[in-house]
Amino acid sequence: MRAAVIVFPGSNCDRDMKVALEQAGADVHMVWHKDADLPEGVDLVAVPGGFSFGDYLRCGAIAAQSPICKAVVRHAEAGGYVLGVCNGFQVLTETGLLPGALMRNAGLKFVSKTIDLKVETENSAFTSGYRAGETLRIPVAHHDGNYVADASLAARLVDEDRVAFRYSAPLNGSVDNLAGVMSENRRVLGMMPHPERAIDALHGGTDGQAMFRALVEATVAA
Amino acid sequence: MKARVHVMLKNGVLDPQGEAVKHALGAIGFAGVNGVRQGKVIELDLADGTDEATIGQMCEKLLANTVIESYTIEVL
Repeated sequence: MRAAVIVFPGSNCDRDMKVALEQAGADVHMVWHKDADLPEGVDLVAVPGGFSFGDYLRCGAIAAQSPICKAVVRHAEAGGYVLGVCNGFQVLTETGLLPGALMRNAGLKFVSKTIDLKVETENSAFTSGYRAGETLRIPVAHHDGNYVADASLAARLVDEDRVAFRYSAPLNGSVDNLAGVMSENRRVLGMMPHPERAIDALHGGTDGQAMFRALVEATVAA
Repeated sequence: MKARVHVMLKNGVLDPQGEAVKHALGAIGFAGVNGVRQGKVIELDLADGTDEATIGQMCEKLLANTVIESYTIEVL
């Protein structure tokens, strides 16, 4: 599987993402935000966490206008896989690849801790390595993770089985405790928690590994 | 020419920062503050003759996230 990790000024989880994908067997290319095209034959684009462009204007807003994001949108529209984590999730909502928006945490504080994360569906290349209903231990670290969706969108995400993960307990004000949501074709996932920070015993847990392994398997099989 | 863009959260979108400011005003002794909504003001210095439709596109594409925010344009 060939993966691209996008690097913006202010990205800070890009190398963690590379390590997580490589550990699962992916061939990983780092791609600078000014590049207009993705490397040839990329199966998965990972948009990493961090504070792209200093979170100026709105989190992810300026990154979403970068040349590489146009290529990421084309990749997604052609049916390619895209994973956005934390700031990457914010970027994906700003590009319109995922619905809703991420606002300041309801408690106004930055939350940085390992939380219980419930897997809501096995039916995606991201979550097929888990069991629906399983609880994972995954770190979060964000100030703007309060997922906003109006009632009809929130209901639609549930009806269409597009909720990948929920927080087991209220964390940041997100509607319905939504922590990770997918596109209609189930190939774009945005999530606030950091699976790439749970792939080594030294991280304190390895619950994130199954996501990267499942993604590699899905794209090898394809 | 100059223009000023006001970006506000849409009605119905809970504003955690506005709520915090409301509580702080109460805490320092201002009674009767029933609500606070916090937004942004963006001042643009533009080439003369820039039409309002173009400024509208700037708002739609970048300055506001119209999923949660509304905007108004004031040409100065």
